Amino acid sequence: MSTMTFGRAINAGLRRAMDEDPRVVLMGEDIGKLGGVFRITDGLQKDFGAHRVLDTPLAEAAIMGTAVGIAYRGYRPVVEIQFDGFIYPAFDQIVCQVAKLHYRTQGAVRMPLTIRVPFGGGIGSPEHHSESPEAYFTHTSGLRVISVSNPQDAYTMIQQAIRCDDPVLYFEPKRRYHVKGEVDEASDPASSDMGAARVVTEGTDVTLVTYGPLVPTARDAAIAASDDGISIEVIDLRSLAPIDFATVEASVRKTGRLVVTHEAAQSGGLGAEIAASITERCFDHLEHAPVRVTGFDIPYPYSKLEFHHLPDLDRILDGVDRVMRRPNSLSGLDAPSTTEGAAQ
Amino acid sequence: MTQDGSSPDQASGTVHPGPSRPGADELVQLVDPHGVRHPHGHYDDLVADVDGPALRKLYEDMVVVRRIDAEATALQRQGELALWPPLLGQEAAQIGSGRALRADDFVFSSYRENAVAYCRGVDLADLLRVWRGNASSGWDPYTVNMATPQVIIGAQTLHATGYAMGILNDGADAVAVTYFGDGATSQGDVNEAMVFAASYQAPVVFFCQNNHWAISEPVGLQAHVPIARRAPGFGIPSVRVDGNDVLACLAVTREALARARSGGGPTFIEAVTYRMGPHTTADDPTRYRDANELEDWAARDPLARLATLLDSLGLLDADYTDSVKAKADAVAAELREGCLSMPEPAPSDVFRHVYSEPNSWLDRQQDHYERYLTSFAQAPQEGSR
Repeated sequence: MSTMTFGRAINAGLRRAMDEDPRVVLMGEDIGKLGGVFRITDGLQKDFGAHRVLDTPLAEAAIMGTAVGIAYRGYRPVVEIQFDGFIYPAFDQIVCQVAKLHYRTQGAVRMPLTIRVPFGGGIGSPEHHSESPEAYFTHTSGLRVISVSNPQDAYTMIQQAIRCDDPVLYFEPKRRYHVKGEVDEASDPASSDMGAARVVTEGTDVTLVTYGPLVPTARDAAIAASDDGISIEVIDLRSLAPIDFATVEASVRKTGRLVVTHEAAQSGGLGAEIAASITERCFDHLEHAPVRVTGFDIPYPYSKLEFHHLPDLDRILDGVDRVMRRPNSLSGLDAPSTTEGAAQ
Repeated sequence: MTQDGSSPDQASGTVHPGPSRPGADELVQLVDPHGVRHPHGHYDDLVADVDGPALRKLYEDMVVVRRIDAEATALQRQGELALWPPLLGQEAAQIGSGRALRADDFVFSSYRENAVAYCRGVDLADLLRVWRGNASSGWDPYTVNMATPQVIIGAQTLHATGYAMGILNDGADAVAVTYFGDGATSQGDVNEAMVFAASYQAPVVFFCQNNHWAISEPVGLQAHVPIARRAPGFGIPSVRVDGNDVLACLAVTREALARARSGGGPTFIEAVTYRMGPHTTADDPTRYRDANELEDWAARDPLARLATLLDSLGLLDADYTDSVKAKADAVAAELREGCLSMPEPAPSDVFRHVYSEPNSWLDRQQDHYERYLTSFAQAPQEGSR
């Protein structure tokens, strides 16, 4: 066991994957000498050479499209998208090529790409630097989407993603890059399932589902709620496509209440998918309709307002109060307003 | 630009046979539209081995692929295919370049390169599988070293460039070749591919078939200067070739491949040709193009000019033409039989190959759908509901 930051854990995982498989190549803007804008690839070009760690011209579609070609040739490219908001120029290559080539070719061509995406807000950046685009990709068949929340998972799951014969989007919560934690560098990535959710804290009253940047916030909410006598079971999904619904379902059958929280906008988001799927699977066990605590349906706001947009401890607890039918921000607002009634 | 949107020099190109390698504006031509072979100081050496039998083989190839095209068009008209993208008029560009390739080269093409696929040895029925709707692609790319046809315009140029970067990493001397049309040159992907190819000096050949039309948009809408002139701006040498001259297409492609194999990096080829048919069988070119233009290009037909050359060399006797016709008829019959006997996919095939590893979401949906289908088989034949 050693203690390292979240960012360093990804670096260590990449290094081990490159050591073990010469077909693993890294591609992206500024990932060589600079080590990436977040230094995640620090030292890798020096140790593995410029042919294994490719500094590329600034063109996201080209990075992704040439990664497809390199994968065609038998390599396992790991692509770094510098910031979440820069992934959109590569969107066509991801959803039309990376995701579909295996299906299109009846399994003849595999696309073992790993696409690393620093994502989410909370670091005071300008626009295009704090987005949560995961739902675009969970909606695309052929892709696997994961998000990590702690150094151990970061270390293990980057290796699992690289070993996976399917393309994997690996979402890294950038505001957690400097958080430290224990990492077992001797652990075998093959010994755990990349698609399995993790129960962070056990509880009996409410199932609180989240992933990536909000896992520590959700855990804090569970601790705070316990002071009020509410027992929250926090689930870190880890895999966003496919979601380990069996774990979530088992928890909701126990608690009868579901809150989902994520930074991404609400409409059409993962929270909607989870709420709908869990309602389908265990409607008879629910004591209250599932509740979502999410970012708003707005462009990511400028930094002085971003903490209004991002779910925090109190907003999550407010969601918990709603499923517990305790006084909450929406109490008394259920009936139609006078104005709405008049309009009808 | 002229009123119809075309640039004057795009349509014809100025012929400059001469002793030196032509620049980006000149049009390499070894056999003119009248079937006359002109000597060329630079390119003759590259096709010095193409003797009478080899010329006859190129002619046979073009006749056969034109026949494949006609048969597939007929199958579409008879309702056996949902759609077909004809290559009529582009036989020389595709056969000339396709026959220059080595088995270990790798092709990334658009959806109109059926003659290139023929050169790669693609099974005839596999050419139709997509268009009949029986599969998303027709063949295993690794058995013929040709990716399955790309529908997103220009996306394949990046794949070829990436593949070529992989060749560099392997230290091999194979080449990636990508085919695309004049319309594709407007796409970001094609331009980004040229940036990357030049940056890494990747062994990739960009083979642009300027067939003058991107569905209904004339090439003049895409390019105010000859398309080949763009590549040097990326640091990529380019050449403009008469795309209806199979010998010239063979020569310039051989040169580009040799450059790539010897570490000379990418080359851009603009083959100036003409799509004599519609964009696809769903298209009606009479709505957007002048009949005179078609007539002008029919006079430059790639098959007719090679036939004239062969005739002038005494190589077009009746025995030979009969054998070519018999070959084309046999291929067409095989194509038709392959189309009509193609097995129907099974319902569960819809779920196959989405992922290479198990996926809990999809497994659940497949399980539900199979039980749903089974419920019909188990239901009483009469009296239910």
